[in-house]
Amino acid sequence: MRQYFNVILAYSIMVFLIILVGIFQSWSIALTILNYCLISAVMTMGANIQWGYAGLINFGIMGYTALGGLAVVLVSVAPVGEAWQAGGFGLIICLLIIISMVFLIRLTLKKIIKSKKRNYTIAAIIVFGLILLKLISTPAIESIEAIDPAKTGFLGGLGMPILFSWIVGGFFAGGLAYIVGKIALGLRADYLAIATLLIAEIVVSIIKHEDWLARGVKNVIGLKKPVPYQIDLQKSDWFINLVEKFHSAKLGLVNSLAERQELLNSLVIDASSVYVKLCMSGLFLCVVIILLIVTQKALYSPWGRMMRAIRDNEVAANAMGKNVVKQHLLIFILGSAIVGIAGAMMVTNDGLFTPGSYRPMRYTFVIWVMVIVGGTGNNFGAILGGFAVWFLWVEAAPIALFLINLFTAHLPETNEIKIHLINSAPYFRFLMVGIGLLIIMRYRPKGILPEKIIKQ
Amino acid sequence: MEFINAIIVLLNYTIIPALTYGSQLALGAIFVTLIYGILRFANFATGDMMSFGTMFAVLLTFYFQSLGINLGILPTALLTIPFAIIMMILYMLLIDKYVFSYYRIKKSPPVQLAMVSVGVMFVTQAIIRIIIGPFDRTFLDGQKFILKASEFKEMTGFSEGLTIKSTQAITIVVTIIFVSILFWFLNRTKTGTSMRAYSDNEDLALLSGIDPKRVVLITWVIAGILATIGGILYGLDKSYRPFVYFNNMLPIFAAAIVGGIGNPFGAFLGGYCIAFAEIFLTYAYKKFLSYLLPEALEPDSLMQVLSTDYKFAVSFSILVIVLLFRPTGIFKGKVI
Repeated sequence: MRQYFNVILAYSIMVFLIILVGIFQSWSIALTILNYCLISAVMTMGANIQWGYAGLINFGIMGYTALGGLAVVLVSVAPVGEAWQAGGFGLIICLLIIISMVFLIRLTLKKIIKSKKRNYTIAAIIVFGLILLKLISTPAIESIEAIDPAKTGFLGGLGMPILFSWIVGGFFAGGLAYIVGKIALGLRADYLAIATLLIAEIVVSIIKHEDWLARGVKNVIGLKKPVPYQIDLQKSDWFINLVEKFHSAKLGLVNSLAERQELLNSLVIDASSVYVKLCMSGLFLCVVIILLIVTQKALYSPWGRMMRAIRDNEVAANAMGKNVVKQHLLIFILGSAIVGIAGAMMVTNDGLFTPGSYRPMRYTFVIWVMVIVGGTGNNFGAILGGFAVWFLWVEAAPIALFLINLFTAHLPETNEIKIHLINSAPYFRFLMVGIGLLIIMRYRPKGILPEKIIKQ
Repeated sequence: MEFINAIIVLLNYTIIPALTYGSQLALGAIFVTLIYGILRFANFATGDMMSFGTMFAVLLTFYFQSLGINLGILPTALLTIPFAIIMMILYMLLIDKYVFSYYRIKKSPPVQLAMVSVGVMFVTQAIIRIIIGPFDRTFLDGQKFILKASEFKEMTGFSEGLTIKSTQAITIVVTIIFVSILFWFLNRTKTGTSMRAYSDNEDLALLSGIDPKRVVLITWVIAGILATIGGILYGLDKSYRPFVYFNNMLPIFAAAIVGGIGNPFGAFLGGYCIAFAEIFLTYAYKKFLSYLLPEALEPDSLMQVLSTDYKFAVSFSILVIVLLFRPTGIFKGKVI
């Protein structure tokens, strides 16, 4: 019990803070924060697997998150029949061309020995393939994007249940990680960071500008939800009865029937939003707990020990017969897949897919701050980091506003500095997160909950 | 005649803008490469440090304008460069003293320093947004064009006009002057040589009596000058917006790595490589070809390799290709 004291204490403080938000602001806000904390926790677990277990630095989290989000659209949205008729055939041919190009290149790499001839063959395949692709895809894409551009203008998805997309998101991200890993994993740590950051930018810019895929910056809204809808809840009897029972004391104080009905209505609206968010939290919590169990098991398994050995001394691990390159690739794929799941969860939670909102600041660097602050190599630490930093990120503006008011209380309301500071309160979140990161890096470089190695 | 018109189109829409953009990237890339070569970490706060220096230039420009001080046809911002540089260097030295020096003395791995620079990035971004706000600001004044399209047409009688913005000329001239001084300093003076020695082999440099503190100090001073000038030139040419500066960090990194990180001359050329690739691959050649080809062959489509949306993606793809085939960059060789 004693060895877990730190963990329990840290998590109690976090839960207490969220309850405080619930009491002082509103339960709806508190649950929104909680949901995002849970999503961030999944992301940090993904990053922690890569950085904490294997020492791989992946600044491309944004790309995997976006790909997970794309999976939601491709899986859950109903297919757009007209678009498939108009351009589906052309795009399927393009896909076949790309696949055959890859196979042809692999074949040339295998059959022809390293020479100028091989290089020219590959270059010819690529150039010829690209021209063919451009010729076939341009009319197909144009005809797809022309179909009702205000509403659809894209191929749509498969119309499957949205929960299925979380798994697909994981596979998408894993697939991308396989390609990125093949390209970039041989690089030194800081090169790897830059390369992954830039590759993520490429992925996001493709999602942003290929309108036939997921409408690009025009956004996809009104995605399905795996939980009951608020409007349905507000109409269903059992829910209204439940709210009535829950608030019977409050409702009993009101005498007139009309007022009572009005109060009940507003209570039902509030309660429905809380109920929906609670359902979401339940789903997210399931994911977090499953991942936590799996990652903990993996960390203390022979495989986890091998990963640590590789992280701490690559050369020695290699000498012991461990295939470092293969294991690095594996862990890169696993971690990225988890981030992809988180990306899908986030789009599900929002109910909309906005490619324009994927920015490295929010989806790469903040996640990294979470991992570092929470504790690298410790899953409990990573989750705590996700909670703590996200909480700070959201609540920084109110805290900053409070502090500004406190310190400038003696200044008159018309003081220019005071007005300027109050207007720029939202930007204090960068300051707080940055200073938090610097302080943790300096005085507790292993994070709030440092890595624990259990001797067996 | 047709041929000259085609060349003018190409000059006007690709070569001059690419030279300008390339100069701005080159200054940033030398900044990245110096920090990487001498202080040995990838500085993720690059874009925001450039933005920080520019912020002072913007504020001082507004102040000077309110006082009625200006440079006539030249932008007032040129007058503010020395002050902005001083502020920038002070900020960098402050950060180095309280943040980076601790890890440098402890000899932390470069990854840790890179993470610390992420923290610095957050803080710098916050300070900038608190002081000046996240909005778009234009601080260019003075004469906007050196050569207008209509004047050029009258002067020469060609059907295509050539436009040269004053910011483009200023950017290219200032970059050439500054970079030549820098390379002279690094290659010819004693201090520059000691910096190169330090970057090449730290232990040997220390043995031969080079003062590491002095080398670090001078590195930050040069870095401050580079960051501020690069930032101001970019801000004059486009406009000043903190978020854009943060994003510019990515092509700058690409330029530094393509040129061979740690090699200032490589970084300088890398900037132009990236800029030319971005602009040549996303430019629509329809007009250019319509002058060269006979009328029957004139293209219907835009003749664009990639749409302009993929401007950034081009530079990153180049980076990926370079990393794949030549991880040390195009111009490897001596370090610093």
